[in-house]
Amino acid sequence: MTERLPAKDVVIVGLGWTGSIVANELADAGLQVMAIERGPWRDAAMSYAPNYAQDELRYRIRHELFLRPDQTTFTFRNKMSQTALPIRNWGAFMPPNGVGGGGVHWNGETWRFLPSDFVAASHLKQRYGAHFLPADMTIQDWGVTYEELEPHYDQFEYLCGTSGTAGNLKGEIREGGNPFEGPRSREYPNPAQEQPFSHTLFAKAARELGYKPFPQPSGNMSRAYRNPLGVRLGPCTYCGFCEWFGCANYSKSSPQTTVLPVLVRKSNFQARDNCEVTRINLDSSGKHAAGVTFVDSAGKEFEQPAELVILAAYTIFNVQLLMLSGIGQRYDPVANRGVIGRNFTHQTISDVGSFFDSARFVFNPFIASGAIGMCIDEFNGDNFDHGPHGFVGGGYMGQVQTNGRPIESTPVPPGTPSWGAQWKQAVRENYQSALKPGTGVHGSMYSYRDVYLDLDPTYCDRFQRPLVRITMDFHANELKQNVFLTDRFAEIFHAMGARQVVKEYRKAPYDITAYQTTHLCGGAIMGTDPSTSALNRYLQSWDVPNLFVMGASAFPQNAGYNPTGTVAALAYWSVAQIRSQYLKHPGPLVHA
Amino acid sequence: MTTITRRELITGTALALTAEGVAQGEVIQGDLPWKPGVESAPQAVHPGPWRFFTAAEGAAAEALADRIIPPDPQTPGGKQAGCAVFIDRQLAGPYGHREGEYLQGPFVKGSKQQGPQSSQGPEALYRSGLAALDRHCRMSEGGRSFAELSAQQQDGILSGLEAGTLALEGVDGKTFFQQLVKDVQQGFFADPIYGGNRDMCAWKMIGFPGARYDYRDWVGRHNERYPLPPVSIAGRPEWSVKKR
Repeated sequence: MTERLPAKDVVIVGLGWTGSIVANELADAGLQVMAIERGPWRDAAMSYAPNYAQDELRYRIRHELFLRPDQTTFTFRNKMSQTALPIRNWGAFMPPNGVGGGGVHWNGETWRFLPSDFVAASHLKQRYGAHFLPADMTIQDWGVTYEELEPHYDQFEYLCGTSGTAGNLKGEIREGGNPFEGPRSREYPNPAQEQPFSHTLFAKAARELGYKPFPQPSGNMSRAYRNPLGVRLGPCTYCGFCEWFGCANYSKSSPQTTVLPVLVRKSNFQARDNCEVTRINLDSSGKHAAGVTFVDSAGKEFEQPAELVILAAYTIFNVQLLMLSGIGQRYDPVANRGVIGRNFTHQTISDVGSFFDSARFVFNPFIASGAIGMCIDEFNGDNFDHGPHGFVGGGYMGQVQTNGRPIESTPVPPGTPSWGAQWKQAVRENYQSALKPGTGVHGSMYSYRDVYLDLDPTYCDRFQRPLVRITMDFHANELKQNVFLTDRFAEIFHAMGARQVVKEYRKAPYDITAYQTTHLCGGAIMGTDPSTSALNRYLQSWDVPNLFVMGASAFPQNAGYNPTGTVAALAYWSVAQIRSQYLKHPGPLVHA
Repeated sequence: MTTITRRELITGTALALTAEGVAQGEVIQGDLPWKPGVESAPQAVHPGPWRFFTAAEGAAAEALADRIIPPDPQTPGGKQAGCAVFIDRQLAGPYGHREGEYLQGPFVKGSKQQGPQSSQGPEALYRSGLAALDRHCRMSEGGRSFAELSAQQQDGILSGLEAGTLALEGVDGKTFFQQLVKDVQQGFFADPIYGGNRDMCAWKMIGFPGARYDYRDWVGRHNERYPLPPVSIAGRPEWSVKKR
């Protein structure tokens, strides 16, 4: 028996970063808001208390804070001709689960995309000619500009207390910051974090090579901070247990440490945890959402009617709910028609391992924060002339090593046996004098006609709903980009004085077992044309105007940065439009 | 009907079955649902008999651990560090039976890029792998078990498994070898509460200070070795009052 709950003004699917931000804004607008979260409530006191949070085996290796594949997973294949098989345990990425979403266990790398990233298709065609782009590349302009998003990037950074050094203040280029960034309206709310030894060594070498290194913008506090909502965060202690871990010190910006303490106390807000939304319900017209259906952990089904539906789940789950609810035309890569599932992307990450003389270098790699690092942006986006290189896109690169946790961070030189006395000796000798940033080269991945999402014909989740099928491989453009960037990155480690530098290029085929990042993007993209985008420029569904879809699923292609800053800025941009326009005149905000 | 405890939902593990009843979707309103810390504290491994291994399997696992990480004058080997105890307790827990993994069929062998597709987990792999290793040793090494062989003979067998030149009956020797190396090394470096890394010997070997929480005084002291000894989630032995 399905229990029909009293109607709400707004129902939000997922209570991570975007769900929390949108819920708070709409509660402030006086609406009755219900958020439904698939996973459990999480906070430091209950899930990662300071007396046991620093546990590499439990949180990193056994994935304590992540979604469990038995709850739901995806199937994967490289090519359309293959049979997709299920991801039985996480590898290439690790989807979040629970209140706070990925904001609980992210590193806090809080970037803005470049102004040119938002107009990538028209910008690149204008600069290099349309023939310069591969024929099957499907990149598009976003329909929103950097200038429009700037106030919302600013809003998110001040919510988070982001630590950084401005490189472009209202058009004025500032020493020590990123000279390539778009103009920002004011300084970061907090100064950059202090940098450990290896990070400063990287910056020095980069400077000597003519680059302009700058500290990575960090969601780890460089000092105590009180955000505009009145929530306080403590200074980061550089404990080295950040990514994959919850911060027990209230030093990493997350929904728990910035929004939720204020949101939960609002009388017009409610949340349900351990409840999974199984579909968005449409009325008989098929053009209006009536609410959602969800199932609690005991298997009981509920219907939550609402006037406005906000989809704020992780990228692929947004796309899955649209497909399973029959909203929007599903993408067909053969006919090159349809919008739900198209322009799916990940990232093109590579790394460099480097080995220094242990008599001269002691790096103390365990002294780090999640978003620590010195970076350069000379090879990101279109910051350099791609003409001679024959590819487009790029990425930031940096010594962004976030930990020295020994199960993962005990690098040994190539040629060392993988076990036995020689392995043990090599671990002992190199632990303090080897570097491995993890995601040193943070390259973009542009979109292609044959990289997409649809529903698997064989494998199902625990509700017997088809799993989402991922079809993805690297294309020549990204592989060329990666070789060029990795070579530049390695030169810097040579200049730092490493006696051995090992380039770990990203290679095809795309491997679902090799971790890159959890920055999966696209599948329900924003744009200006309903035949090539699922959402308009305000993240509103073209097909169902009382449905808005947050998250990186809206990215038409992925840039060479971590996505969270842009995901949050888009959420603020969208909800500002909902408050100022939509609530007064519910209906399409853009007429196609 | 299966009862799911609040803790299982939080951790996805079944380490502690506290009698809190069935957690249905909770409604959160008005206050943070804040329950102080102890609810999901980790369960420390206790010494004592094997939980998963038989006595013979345990002896083989200890011998294997001691070749994967051999003892040397400064640092104990895998056996003394407790790596076999770590594996035993892990296999007896959620890891052994792949709790949380997607285990619906059909199980079809795919490309390397599609990841492991076996219907069997670590529990089954160790049971069949150790049995096959024992059969191999007894047949080719004059009736002796792996633990009874010389270090040189043991290394020869491990090298054969690694290279794929030594076939085990009914088990993929290379897969079993990779699983062993991964688990032994994880046990060596994980917090000692899980049974390996005894006395934080692995952390002392490399200079990892463990579960320390605050390096603000050292982040700016570049190229200077961190001076304090390691600490576990369970503290340091020196912190305990000695019982008379």
